[in-house]
Amino acid sequence: MPGKLKAKIVAGRHLPVMDRASDLTDAFVEVKFGNTTFKTDVYPKSLNPQWNSEWFKFEVDDEDLQDEPLQITVLDHDTYSANDAIGKVYIDIDPLLSSEAATVISGWFPIYDTIHGIRGEINVLVKVDLFNDLNRFRQSSCGVKFFCTTSIPRCYRAALVHGFVEELVVNEDPEYQWIDRIRTPRASNEARQRLISLMSGELQRKIGLKVLEMGGNAVVGYLQCFDLEGESGLVVRAIGTACTLDKLIPGSEIKESPLAHGCRSSHNSPVHSACSSQRLSHSQNFSVSVPTLVFTEGGSPRICEFPFFTLTCFPPGFLVHIGGVVSARSVKLLDRIHNPDEPETRDAWWEEIRQEIKSHAKALGCHAVVGYSESTTICEEVCILSASGTAAMLNPRFMREGSVCVYSRFDDASPPSCGFCHIPYDEFNMPFPAQLTYCYHCRRQKVPDVLFTTIDLPAEAAVTGKGCLIQARLCRTKKKAQGEVNATAISNLLPFMEYELHTQLMNKLKLRCMNALFGLRIQISVGENMLLGLASATGVYLSALPAPGGIQIAGKTPSDLSYDQHISTMQKRINDTIAMNKELYNIHPPECIEEVVGSPIPDRQRSRLFRSTSESSDELSELDLSHGKKDAFVLEIDDTDAVEDIQSLLTDAPMPAGFYSCNTEVMPGIYNWTSGLQMFTSVRVYRLNNANLTNQGLNKIFTDLCENLLKSLYFKLRSMIPCCLCHLNFTVAVPEEELIQVRRHTPKNTSPILFIFPINILIKLCVFVCFPGSGENEEQLQFSMELCGESTSSNNQPTAKPSVSSVDYGSFADRCSTWLELLRLKAHTIRRGSVKTTSSSERCSPLPEVRSRSLRSTRSLPCGAPVTVVKMTPLSFLPRTRIVKYLGIINMFFIRETTSLREEGGVSGFLHSFIAEVFAMVRAHVAALGGNAVVSYSMKECVFMENPNKNQAQCLINVSGDAVIFVRESDQEAIPPLITCGQTSTTGADGTT
Amino acid sequence: MQIRYAVFTPILCRTQRFNCAINNTRLQMLFTQTVPGAIYLLATVSPRLDRYITLVKAYKMSMELDVFVGNTTIMDMEVYQLWLDGLTVSDAVKVRMDEGALLECEANPEVLTSDTMDQFRTFQMCERLLHSPTKLGSQLLYQIPAQNQIILIERYYEFDSVFAREVLGKKLSKGTKKDLDDISCKTGITLKSCRRQFDNFKRVFKVVEELKGPLVENIQRHFLLSDTLARDYAAIVFFANSRFETGKRKLQYLSFQDFAFCAGQLISYWTIGAMDSMMEDMDVDLEKEFLNELKDLKVLVNDKDMMDQHKILVCAALRGKIKVYKLMEVNFKNLSRALVNLASKLTHTKDVRDLFIDLVEKFIEPCRYDRWTVAEITLFLTHYTNAAHCLGTFRHQMIWDRYMGVIKSSQCSPLLHLSLIKVNYLSPTPSISSVSPPVNILNELNTFLICKL
Repeated sequence: MPGKLKAKIVAGRHLPVMDRASDLTDAFVEVKFGNTTFKTDVYPKSLNPQWNSEWFKFEVDDEDLQDEPLQITVLDHDTYSANDAIGKVYIDIDPLLSSEAATVISGWFPIYDTIHGIRGEINVLVKVDLFNDLNRFRQSSCGVKFFCTTSIPRCYRAALVHGFVEELVVNEDPEYQWIDRIRTPRASNEARQRLISLMSGELQRKIGLKVLEMGGNAVVGYLQCFDLEGESGLVVRAIGTACTLDKLIPGSEIKESPLAHGCRSSHNSPVHSACSSQRLSHSQNFSVSVPTLVFTEGGSPRICEFPFFTLTCFPPGFLVHIGGVVSARSVKLLDRIHNPDEPETRDAWWEEIRQEIKSHAKALGCHAVVGYSESTTICEEVCILSASGTAAMLNPRFMREGSVCVYSRFDDASPPSCGFCHIPYDEFNMPFPAQLTYCYHCRRQKVPDVLFTTIDLPAEAAVTGKGCLIQARLCRTKKKAQGEVNATAISNLLPFMEYELHTQLMNKLKLRCMNALFGLRIQISVGENMLLGLASATGVYLSALPAPGGIQIAGKTPSDLSYDQHISTMQKRINDTIAMNKELYNIHPPECIEEVVGSPIPDRQRSRLFRSTSESSDELSELDLSHGKKDAFVLEIDDTDAVEDIQSLLTDAPMPAGFYSCNTEVMPGIYNWTSGLQMFTSVRVYRLNNANLTNQGLNKIFTDLCENLLKSLYFKLRSMIPCCLCHLNFTVAVPEEELIQVRRHTPKNTSPILFIFPINILIKLCVFVCFPGSGENEEQLQFSMELCGESTSSNNQPTAKPSVSSVDYGSFADRCSTWLELLRLKAHTIRRGSVKTTSSSERCSPLPEVRSRSLRSTRSLPCGAPVTVVKMTPLSFLPRTRIVKYLGIINMFFIRETTSLREEGGVSGFLHSFIAEVFAMVRAHVAALGGNAVVSYSMKECVFMENPNKNQAQCLINVSGDAVIFVRESDQEAIPPLITCGQTSTTGADGTT
Repeated sequence: MQIRYAVFTPILCRTQRFNCAINNTRLQMLFTQTVPGAIYLLATVSPRLDRYITLVKAYKMSMELDVFVGNTTIMDMEVYQLWLDGLTVSDAVKVRMDEGALLECEANPEVLTSDTMDQFRTFQMCERLLHSPTKLGSQLLYQIPAQNQIILIERYYEFDSVFAREVLGKKLSKGTKKDLDDISCKTGITLKSCRRQFDNFKRVFKVVEELKGPLVENIQRHFLLSDTLARDYAAIVFFANSRFETGKRKLQYLSFQDFAFCAGQLISYWTIGAMDSMMEDMDVDLEKEFLNELKDLKVLVNDKDMMDQHKILVCAALRGKIKVYKLMEVNFKNLSRALVNLASKLTHTKDVRDLFIDLVEKFIEPCRYDRWTVAEITLFLTHYTNAAHCLGTFRHQMIWDRYMGVIKSSQCSPLLHLSLIKVNYLSPTPSISSVSPPVNILNELNTFLICKL
């Protein structure tokens, strides 16, 4: 029982009016942890109660500390009837359990009610006294740090990467229990929220145990997902990469460990052989030890069975070669989980998929999978499990010692900027047809003609020009069916969809004159009568890879003259587009260098056919395929699919000038970031009115939707040009009938809904950043800086027209800030001496500020407000700043329901306020931990259900991220005490930017 | 989503497939959406969009939900103004199109509509907070940069002076609110905007009504408004509280700003706060005691000797200085009586309300009839006030001073000067330099009202 949790309720503010008669509230607070509950006194007749309670102490097991959230309920006291709940605050105390994270949680939390949303705020103080527990049979894993970040966190050093950890927990969904028929929606929502909170706590604890077993102390790239399987239950699963992280202390990093524990990859032994492995030429090494470069240590081998890494960004030298994307999908029929304690079925399903991924990687000659992720999509009782990653060869040294800076490369055949592009597989025994050439960079090893990966662009990679977002979209109809038949139909369709998506990606890549994709994410979602596929990636031109050929259009029957003409116009358009894109993305590869050695692959491979049928290939050999200098890509126009392809190729609207977008962390080819940063979420739902559309029609609609969404984003953000949309993350879903109808609702509409929500981030970039003079507070600094960015941008980029509005706004803001100064001055000087009445005026004033008149001048000004600005970003870093401390993981789950949909502004109004509320709660939690930003933020789940006929809607959102403290790089000198690691440690951080 | 635009433009382009990037200098390509296989038109649109655009919507898919939420709330201040003006989304979209919003970022009407809807929704959700601006700074729901907060508040509380003029002096009650549609018709301001402005007045009034201390400062503190705006609100609150009659036809020539200026003067001299700024005062009400004491001024007209003496003194001072001297000499008693009677009547609430109309009827109109110039009136009133001090038997100097009191306030003169320049049809070329700084309140009010006539 080694833990004492202490909580103190300080005050509330902006509470809602609960007593209509007096327009006031008699509020009190219940603090609950586990089964213990404490109450504060009732603070009568106030909307801004000051409870100032004593410390409530809970003595609990650390197991409970990890699982349970602290539950704070604000209620309105009612003498005659039952007390009305105002709302709740759940506080995850996990960050307090790690010694390096936060020490106290203190701040204003929004009081949240699942029916009414945020209703006022409450000020809470929480502390934990933890006693050390050395019991080796313990069930808790306090102290293991969790990071959502998919790279080694900035102020840590990876001493050891242990490998893949996974766990899943299942339970019955309270929404589907019999009791839900009699309890109120509020009670049901709260039960669900609490259960999921408990389950994720448990999951984290179990994963923590596994990590401790492996000898690690942290989980990086922690990815937790919920599968709402409806009737059959609720699955919470998580994957991550176990690591041993050392906190970076200035100076210590260099002398550390050239002779730390190393393990030769060829041995699958738990022995810590302390030989210095740098001397080994890893190329030899890897050829022998393909499947079993697994680093088991102490624990059971099952844990380390899969050499998977959820990381997408690695220390330099970690990646040796990249094979390509490996993915596996499997269609399963859901059944009720009979015994929640033994979730074997689900475990077995995932096991199967991971095995498949592993074997794929093996086929590519790789021993590890990086950038690994898992996802599910559920439609009624059919569930598609997908996993994907990038097959890669890793440097074995990092498995054991991992010291980043001591890596010596004297025996390394491949230079760092191209090494990862070299093929890991045997060139004469290739797993798939590919065109190999000698590396354009080092000219010593073979590289493929294109490279697809799920990871971020390695920092050391040499890139020509800029990158861009590439999306492939696909929609396929499917017959409505049930059970087994349905599952079969889906699994028959899946390979075709993957193939089509791949083709589209390839075509678009060629059209942009690029040769590699990073951050590839393919999402396939099932609806009742359609399947949706959406693949997003960031295309780049890797200098090491050969220049891509153009796209050649070929007709099957070149007899008709007008037809020929048609083809030639299209060809011209394509060529024009390619040329235009070359300009746009600034891709000017060095002019075709003479190939030193002829390709070992005979000429048959030179002209690749995507839709190769036997007859057409004959024709093609006669066609002149030499578009430019390289082999062309041939598309046959007669093929209806190809028409579609070309159409989708060409309807992709180019980005407006001044915008860049990518779905990776950093935009390849752009390095001049400012710290101006804005994160946003956009959700759109469309309803298909006539569902009997053809594949083509659907495809068109789907593509238009995505294009329109992007257009909307560009338009909205036009005042921030030049800017870059990073980590643009699209998610589509086709909510089926079953979902739309929550058991309390009856469905009326039977048409499917497309559901798209991208979460993305906008980073403004500008060439010069000016920092305005000191003496302003942080808020002002930050925003005025953005204004500066705008004004300078117009100088540097003549193409980017500065919009009139932004200029206006700037000057107006200027005026306002000066006026603000004046106001402040005045408020200070005027009537300084006249502080006489206090009590008499208190009663009649509706606002609390009047209470002490001496304070009012500072208090009432908006700039003097106590709200700290919290930045949120899906990136793992904040440009031009340094993360000083990680405060812990944020993992929150919210449900919001309404029975007055119209009154709340319809579905849009409802969801808009809910998302704003979620943001507010995340910010409040981060601020309470003492942080000023959330990195690696993501909205994992956003399930929306509505029933307009009943005026009801329900929405579930799950968000996660890492709370951090950051300092601006320019502020470093200003506040030295805050910085724990000094200047030297920035080198690691700079590596990736 | 598919929308086909049947566009009636001077030029219609029939184009080949994929050949959609026509960029004429005069024409801007707007939109191309095709149904596969169908023959389609390419919509071309001239920058002046107002003349046409008839949308033939062939929806195959309807947008059910469209939401855009930023961590830092993104607001377009131009759209904010449209929202404040009470426009509907479709009207706002039209206005934005006319302003050329489509030329930016290759937007199409759909994008514009979506953006406008989104912004409007954001403002609507923030409106609750704007009702108590002090909350805006401490709330957690929206992260809004400080500068934007100020702009939001300031613009939200800004009002049309035409509208304010209509409501001025009326009780801010439900009854008045019902009449807003008439005002809306009359002023051309949308009903929605009228409601917002009216509610703002009412809200400020309710909060400030009972508060002690200087009115302007109270307003500034509770609503975080700029100085000028807070002053205007002070005038509105003051008028609404005292319910001065402003709606009569004879007063129609006065604008809101004129009355606001008068209100400022009244607050400065006739309220409790005017005398002792250190006291915990009330700025909203006129000082009852003072109004009662005004009765004592009657002696100036009732006592025949005193009145004669007063006249002699004024005449002596003005002889040869004004053109209308003769008329002044004849009318002095009437004028003096009018001014003093006005003062003595102010004990009754009804008469207080009629202050402005009485001033116009009893004093300004006779002067105007005699073709006084503004400068002459000013001069007359200066000497009229000063002369009373020289009367040996007149013992109510304090009250007199306050009623007609000497004001060294130089800050009010610019406004007066301005209005003199603006509206002068009594004297075609007034020599502004000759106008001495306004010397007392009634002088000022009179001069002011005259010159506005």
